Amino acid sequence: MKKKGHPLLGIHSALMMIFIYVPIVLVMVYSFNNTRLSGDWKGFTLDWYVSLMKDRHVMEALMNSLVIAVISTVVATLLGTISALSMRDFARKWKGPLNGVLYMPVIIPDIIMGLSLLVLFSQLQIPLGKSTVMIAHITFSMSYVYVVVNARLAGMGRQLEEAAQDLGATYWQTFRYVTLPQITPGIISGALIAFTLSLDDFMVSFFVAGPSSTTLPIYIYGQVKRGISPEINALCTLLILVSITLILLAQYVLNRGKGQKKHKMLPF
Amino acid sequence: MIELVEIEKQFQGQVVVKPLSMVIEEGEFLTLLGPSGCGKTTILRMIAGFEQPTSGNVVLAGKVVTENPPNERDLNLVFQHYALFPHMTVEENIAFGLKMKKIPKEQQKQRIAEAVAMTQLTTLTSRYPHQLSGGQQQRVAIARAIVNKPKVLLLDEPLGALDLQLRKNLQTELKHLQRTLGITFVYVTHDQEEAMMMSDRIVILNNGQVEQIGTPKEIYSSPRTLFAATFVGENNVFTSPQGLFAVRPEKLRPQRSEESSMKSGVIQDVLYLGNVHKLMVELDQVGEQPAMTVTIVLDSTDEESWQVGERIGVNWNPKDEVVIQP
Repeated sequence: MKKKGHPLLGIHSALMMIFIYVPIVLVMVYSFNNTRLSGDWKGFTLDWYVSLMKDRHVMEALMNSLVIAVISTVVATLLGTISALSMRDFARKWKGPLNGVLYMPVIIPDIIMGLSLLVLFSQLQIPLGKSTVMIAHITFSMSYVYVVVNARLAGMGRQLEEAAQDLGATYWQTFRYVTLPQITPGIISGALIAFTLSLDDFMVSFFVAGPSSTTLPIYIYGQVKRGISPEINALCTLLILVSITLILLAQYVLNRGKGQKKHKMLPF
Repeated sequence: MIELVEIEKQFQGQVVVKPLSMVIEEGEFLTLLGPSGCGKTTILRMIAGFEQPTSGNVVLAGKVVTENPPNERDLNLVFQHYALFPHMTVEENIAFGLKMKKIPKEQQKQRIAEAVAMTQLTTLTSRYPHQLSGGQQQRVAIARAIVNKPKVLLLDEPLGALDLQLRKNLQTELKHLQRTLGITFVYVTHDQEEAMMMSDRIVILNNGQVEQIGTPKEIYSSPRTLFAATFVGENNVFTSPQGLFAVRPEKLRPQRSEESSMKSGVIQDVLYLGNVHKLMVELDQVGEQPAMTVTIVLDSTDEESWQVGERIGVNWNPKDEVVIQP
């Protein structure tokens, strides 16, 4: 017979689900609602999606966000992975402090991160624009990549690489055929985190963005101050779909053709 | 085949392996035996090239290789936990060494087939390591090493993670494999029975120091130090005015009368182990020496019934006394 938990636990889980997903579902539902005034259901429409596509400002903000996200993800993933790899070879007494320094941006409040970067850029007289937003995004998402890849490396240990060397592999062959395939799942999840963080970052971007580099979250914030429009609902729905698609894609890439245990990032 | 010249290893000022010199012959099965932390794995790793000796040299087939990285040494190591590549099939694992050395494809195929047949893995080549049992993983690790036809195979407690029955089977298999291939095996274990059964020669290590090097027979019948005498097999160590000497339990004889016996004592316990039985006898205290318990091993030809609590005499032939260093 199946062991059952306390009935209250089931209720608790259900409430949690409602708490988390109802707001998101509401946004999605209203994005198809045939009325400007949210509240009542007035029938299904795709008008808001159409007018969204026609809105030059939205498309510009979207392009900015995507360009910034892609470039900062690539750079942050590279830098974070290289840091994780090189940290392994440091002497133990340096590892603690260095680890702390690399981990810092994960726990530093965004507002401090944004403010300090703004101070830095103005000190160096770097004009605010896409590049400053990218640098800011690289700065914090690199740490996330570092943490994820580092955990993967620690779990792997040294033995596999030693075995490769013992079998005649050079430094680069060992990296190419053993280390890299082993840490790829970590690199991909790190990159995904970096991409998502960049795409929805508001706080840091708000400080370091210039007039030409309005990102999607900044644009949405500006719009919402004038009331929530159905177009914004449509935009959010699209963003949610993009995020889920990305995660599913990454999961598929990871599991393709390998007879290994399946990697799961989503519970479905 | 391998010559170790005064190799020493220190970790942060602590001596892990004291200066050690020895020659390992071609085709020999040599075992490094000792308790955990005795330095045996460190010695193996210095031969393989994963650790640099603090001083001294490693000579492989007449060439000094102390400075060479592991991939430039013509030997292979079988790791304690196998270290199979999880993202490769059995066949890809075995092919790895040949691929790195850019052996032609045709030759690769043939050599893999040989190694696979020799280790009885033929039906498993397309599986991934996590789909194999411990014993099968062990075989893959060995196949992956011998496919390279190394001059020397180093084995770091290769059977340590397996259960007893499997261990026994694989011991025989490994020994057979070594004879067939005729290559030098350097084997690390803490299991003295395994060492006795498989080796041509045994190096007994304790605290980074060699206690004795010899054939299993020499080690058993004439141990040189207290550690060697008590680590391999059971032993009874006595103190005499001249120093220490040891007498193996099967060389001690119990007798019903205490007269004309060399020692006397009381039976504490009688243990039946099937083919043999053991008497644990607490000897009477003589002078200031502390009380001691000796073990007597009797084979099935002994048909007397020994009782716990019985007073008996204990005898042995003085030629069976082995003088040992403390």
